[in-house]
Amino acid sequence: MAPRSRELVVRALARVEGEGRVDVTVREGRAERVELNIYEPPRFFESFLRGRHFLEPPDITSRICGICPVAYQVSACNAIEQACELELDGAVMDLRRLLYCGEWIASHVLHIYFLHAPDFLGLPDTVALAQRERQAVERGLALKKAGNAILDAIGGRPIHPVNVRIGGFYRVPTKAELVSLSDQLRSALDHAVATVEWVSSFAFPNVELEHDLLALHHDSRYAIEDGEIWSSTGLHCTADEFPDHMVEHQVPYSTALHAELDGRRYLTGPLARYSLNSCQLGGAAADAAAAVGLGGQCRNPFRSIVVRAVEVVYAVEEALRIIDRYQRPARPFTAGPPIRTVGHGVSEAPRGLLYHRYEFDPTGLIRAATIIPPTSQNQAAIEHDLRRTVDANLTLADNELTALCERTIRNYDPCISCATHFLTLTIDGR
Amino acid sequence: MTIVVIGLGNDLRRDDGIGPTVARAVAPKVGPDVQTVASGGDPVALLELWAGADLTVIVDAVICDPPRPGVVHRLTPAELDAMRAGMFSTHGISLNDAVRLGAVLDRLPRRMVILAVEIADLDDGRGLSPAVGRAVDAVVSAVLSEIGAPSERVV
Repeated sequence: MAPRSRELVVRALARVEGEGRVDVTVREGRAERVELNIYEPPRFFESFLRGRHFLEPPDITSRICGICPVAYQVSACNAIEQACELELDGAVMDLRRLLYCGEWIASHVLHIYFLHAPDFLGLPDTVALAQRERQAVERGLALKKAGNAILDAIGGRPIHPVNVRIGGFYRVPTKAELVSLSDQLRSALDHAVATVEWVSSFAFPNVELEHDLLALHHDSRYAIEDGEIWSSTGLHCTADEFPDHMVEHQVPYSTALHAELDGRRYLTGPLARYSLNSCQLGGAAADAAAAVGLGGQCRNPFRSIVVRAVEVVYAVEEALRIIDRYQRPARPFTAGPPIRTVGHGVSEAPRGLLYHRYEFDPTGLIRAATIIPPTSQNQAAIEHDLRRTVDANLTLADNELTALCERTIRNYDPCISCATHFLTLTIDGR
Repeated sequence: MTIVVIGLGNDLRRDDGIGPTVARAVAPKVGPDVQTVASGGDPVALLELWAGADLTVIVDAVICDPPRPGVVHRLTPAELDAMRAGMFSTHGISLNDAVRLGAVLDRLPRRMVILAVEIADLDDGRGLSPAVGRAVDAVVSAVLSEIGAPSERVV
């Protein structure tokens, strides 16, 4: 039989959230080349943040992503507040966590119902899903709406919130304003638990990842808006120390930088968070995970849909807890100029750990900025998974292999996930 | 009669801001029964906005080949569906998919009109290109005509 080569290409796409392209070349029975090049915009943001005032990054960097703007705002705030040595009031920190819960709900639900679930049911999109399982999509819409309502109430609007500032918020809501969300969130909690049951009924290919896992950890809560950086290999470090362990380097077959943690490939995101911190979920989220037999760790990328659903339960329940104990803080923010020349900040974006670093001049203008989003950290792990998927499934027809590659990418919810229908496959040398 | 005018797009992507620009220009020219919204295209928000309305007018940007920036196409949802292959959207889930989803979930207005404005420039930054900027008044008049409001004289 003649040597056979196949080429899979995801063409360049222009979208607000990012640009992406994947090339897989198969030669003589193995994946010879796998290149994933995604999420470049932060590189440009790093450049045009230079010379800007230290109060500006939350509003500027939130524009990097329309799906997870709060993550960019919070990581920026964490980094700059560290440099300013600001202590935030407890209720202000609670509001930040509540806002982040809104983003987790909205982002995870978008991925579960609009992008990921159709893959498991052999359907092309959510419209086809709605035709077959209308009740499920209605549930997804109600959940997304609840997440949007939190973002709207605290952030001022659901997309690119405008109320976040260094040290807190421009305005803090009254207790009554937050309590008005409670009824909607209580019914969202039922929808979220039903979502876990629904997605756990899907059929999951038996795949286990061996990558190192990296996530934030907080002693007293499931880490979202801050925490210490932990890995499955036992690394514990602060945001300041992250650059000492995480190294970006060039690889010969791609123009994109690859991240390694102490020289090893690693994964950040829901699987990492859940595997490192699942014992902290508690309440309805722990019950829902136990009821579907998820276990204390999950290393199957296809099951990430179940983990996201469990995290939605957690975020809804946590939002209700925060609203319940909320007392409007006396001051909406604390203020002060940068005292240190450098600040580092991290938080758990829906897709994983998001790191920001800022360097300031004596007048409070930004000298240098570094932004490392989760999708670029996961790039090597996604490529590794793609390579293994192609190697293990070469007997599949081209369209089936293409679809499987799309699913493999979509498991990681990268910012180009809704664009991966554009995967094309060509064969030569047959 | 409830009427919703939705300008879809992103003000920070040059000509993609035509929808929001028109929505803002229409707002002061209509009565309280007309809701005008500039939207980034979140499908959940769209379904909420237009479900049950008597009329929804949507203004969005399109790229056509060859491009004729500023030219306005008046489309029904069915026509939008038929020509979707040639349309570009910077929104995560396309307008067409939101309309199709609304149809399945009984969340559509009684009548919907889409005014699709051909654009030229999708670079980062504010401000419409000259040809698209010159079309704003005509699109505003077209919207007012669709909703039965007295059309403003274009000076």
